[in-house]
Amino acid sequence: MTPVQGVDQAFWYILGISVVLLFGITVVMVYFVVKYRRSKHPVASDIRDNYKLEIIWTIVPTLIALSMFVIGWSSYVGLRTVPKDAMEVEVLAQQYSWLFVYNNDKETENELVVPVGRAVKLNISSLDVLHSFYLPAFRIKVDAVKGMPTYAWFFADQLGEYDIQCTEYCGVDHSAMVAKLKIIPEKEFAAWLEKESD
Amino acid sequence: MTATQSFYHTPAPPHLTGMKAWLLTHDHKRLGLMYLGAIFFWFVLAMFLGLLLRTELMSQGKTIMDAATYNATFTLHGVIMIFLFVIPGIPAIFGNFFLPIQLGTDDVFFPRLNLFSWYLFMFGGLFAIISLFVGDGFPDTGWTFYVPFSVQNSANVGLTVTAAFILGMSSMLTGLNFVTTFHRMRDKSMGLMQIPLFAWSLYATAWVQILATPVISITFVLIVLERFFHIGLFDPDKGGDPLLYQHLFWMYSHPAVYVMIIPGMGVISEIIPIFSRKSIFGYKAIVWSSMAIAIAGSLVWAHHMFTSGMSDVSVFVFSLLTYLVAIPSAVKVFSWVSTMYKGSIEMTPPLLLALIFIFLFSIGGLTGLVLGAAGTNIHVHDTQFVVAHFHFVMFGGTGFAFFAALHFWWPKMFGIMYRFKPAYIGASLTGIGFMFHYVPMLILGLEGMPRRYYDYLPQYETGNFLAGFGGYLLIIGMVTMFVNLLLSFKQRMPAPVDPWGGTTLEWTVPSPPPVHNFLHKPQIADFPYDFTGVTEQLLQRGGEGPLP
Ligand code: HEM
Ligand SMILES: [Cu+2]
Ligand SMILES: [Cu+2]
Repeated sequence: MTPVQGVDQAFWYILGISVVLLFGITVVMVYFVVKYRRSKHPVASDIRDNYKLEIIWTIVPTLIALSMFVIGWSSYVGLRTVPKDAMEVEVLAQQYSWLFVYNNDKETENELVVPVGRAVKLNISSLDVLHSFYLPAFRIKVDAVKGMPTYAWFFADQLGEYDIQCTEYCGVDHSAMVAKLKIIPEKEFAAWLEKESD
Repeated sequence: MTATQSFYHTPAPPHLTGMKAWLLTHDHKRLGLMYLGAIFFWFVLAMFLGLLLRTELMSQGKTIMDAATYNATFTLHGVIMIFLFVIPGIPAIFGNFFLPIQLGTDDVFFPRLNLFSWYLFMFGGLFAIISLFVGDGFPDTGWTFYVPFSVQNSANVGLTVTAAFILGMSSMLTGLNFVTTFHRMRDKSMGLMQIPLFAWSLYATAWVQILATPVISITFVLIVLERFFHIGLFDPDKGGDPLLYQHLFWMYSHPAVYVMIIPGMGVISEIIPIFSRKSIFGYKAIVWSSMAIAIAGSLVWAHHMFTSGMSDVSVFVFSLLTYLVAIPSAVKVFSWVSTMYKGSIEMTPPLLLALIFIFLFSIGGLTGLVLGAAGTNIHVHDTQFVVAHFHFVMFGGTGFAFFAALHFWWPKMFGIMYRFKPAYIGASLTGIGFMFHYVPMLILGLEGMPRRYYDYLPQYETGNFLAGFGGYLLIIGMVTMFVNLLLSFKQRMPAPVDPWGGTTLEWTVPSPPPVHNFLHKPQIADFPYDFTGVTEQLLQRGGEGPLP
């Protein structure tokens, strides 16, 4: 399972249970309001407690919550465990653009290019205030902090272009701090990497 | 001067007249109303700022304002909503007015301090206004004031955090007053398990206000120090820690979300039993869950920081603790719904608002589960999903509890009744508009649209347009509701002592209450939600309709 699948599975699990719970609560609530309306049910019963029921509805949600925690955590572990053969790119955030530096010192602005089929590790840092590197298609996000390196990784499994956005408010042009990820074939990438940056 | 005269006609202290009878009063009821005036003003202002933001987002590119204005506007909207509406709202207005009455006493423990807190609140608001117009204008940092941006920023950050500092003092002193009142002023014959749930919720909240507020106050002082003296506490170049600020900020601001919601839960715990004419289900569980939320809620702050770069161990611990805090809230929802089982339910505007609260608050809580899980949090953190989540909790939750409380206690506070039909229409429109406004934002967030975005990628346009449409519906609904309440001052339909058939003490005193609240020594019931007497009384009269 790729990290993306892991995270999506956690989404479906948590959202699915939530929808069922919400539906249940709402239906029961509306049903009671209609069924026990005063014109049909003038005298209320005097029920104050039911310890058995209360214990059940404390314990069962606790178990459900713990299961959500576990599935959430294991998907997080997937996002943090970088494969050994990952290619590394340095990412520098600044007001208001993204800089990408490759290991042959090639530098690009707002354009991250990687070969398909590789795991890519991004070493992220900031030149000024906080920013956050967000690549929604790969479910990754991590803050760029000056003086405190952070990282994220993704597996470039499909050719294509993907959006990169800044998600930590960084000033007036925060929403314009977007970049593109381009996943291209191996050979094209090798040629691109050797080309002089202009 | 007779003892039955309402507090409107009896200044306290007695020698005060005219405006002074309000501005120098020690009466908790007048102070509650003075807070109502001020807080209502702020809420309406911030509501329209929100609508401006929403309008700007309705189409891609520039619509009605530029990026700098947008950023300052969402900061102003957030600062007002947080520090001048949701945090003080229910405790300062309804807490002040009803806590002493529910506890069977005539005022809070420190009436002068109570007046002082109101002035602090007003000064805090004044500072916020001043910071709009002097120097380089209102900050555009977001209400979170994250460093290093807030330290390097040229706008009036210093003045604005000073405003928040003063408002924090006000909140803390109110908390202090409520804790002492709860312990020292309560009727001698009222045991702990005889206290109404609204009073309990204020008590739990008050402890959080007292213990957590100093942390944010110190943090704001640190920002000001950094701005003027560049000490470098948060600057790694000078040996500081860049994440320290976020820890300090959320160490207060997470508990603060419980300051916002627990009193709202208290309101709902009063409304559901009354209109079901049936005891609250699981009184003790509700009391304990309020205290549990207040305590455990202080230990989960770093769930706002999963992407900040803090250690994976911290992510593990804070995610786990977050899930444990979810339980007491779920217990409350189950208790409210079960209260209606085999009740005798009368639909009224406060009940309708309380039901909408339960629905919206449940969505808020359930979307919180998505945010609490480490892996999913990474994807939706700082996106529109979060914005929708916290509006579900703070607005669908506390906001609707506030509207419900207004409609519930209006007859007691002012001695007049409002019309029901416009109230139903307003409440329903607000609820429907709410869903139209925030459900698209949940989806936009899942699709990856970040928050605090003045502009967005083309794929997000439809969702933003829909949300804007919902925003307008929402505001029309709220305006209908408020205008209807205000019109009641013109119609002046007198309200009886006990329009709903209540069991707590505020429904035994005149509407509006006399200056010392009680005409006779209050009778404390063994259990605050025993409706068997109410039902019998009704049967003897042999008919429906509000009790005399
Ligand atoms: C009880 C009511 C409300 C509360 C407590 C509330 C609170 C907040 C807070 C704390 C923020 C965050 C500001 C920041 O990022 O620094 C915010 C943002 C926002 N609010 Fe509200 N708000 C309320 C009602 C509304 C209404 C009525 C609207 C619109 C009709 C609205 C629209 C917005 C928008 C568009 C944002 C900006 C979202 C973003 O970060 O991109 N809010 N609100
Ligand atoms: Cu940014
Ligand atoms: Cu929190």
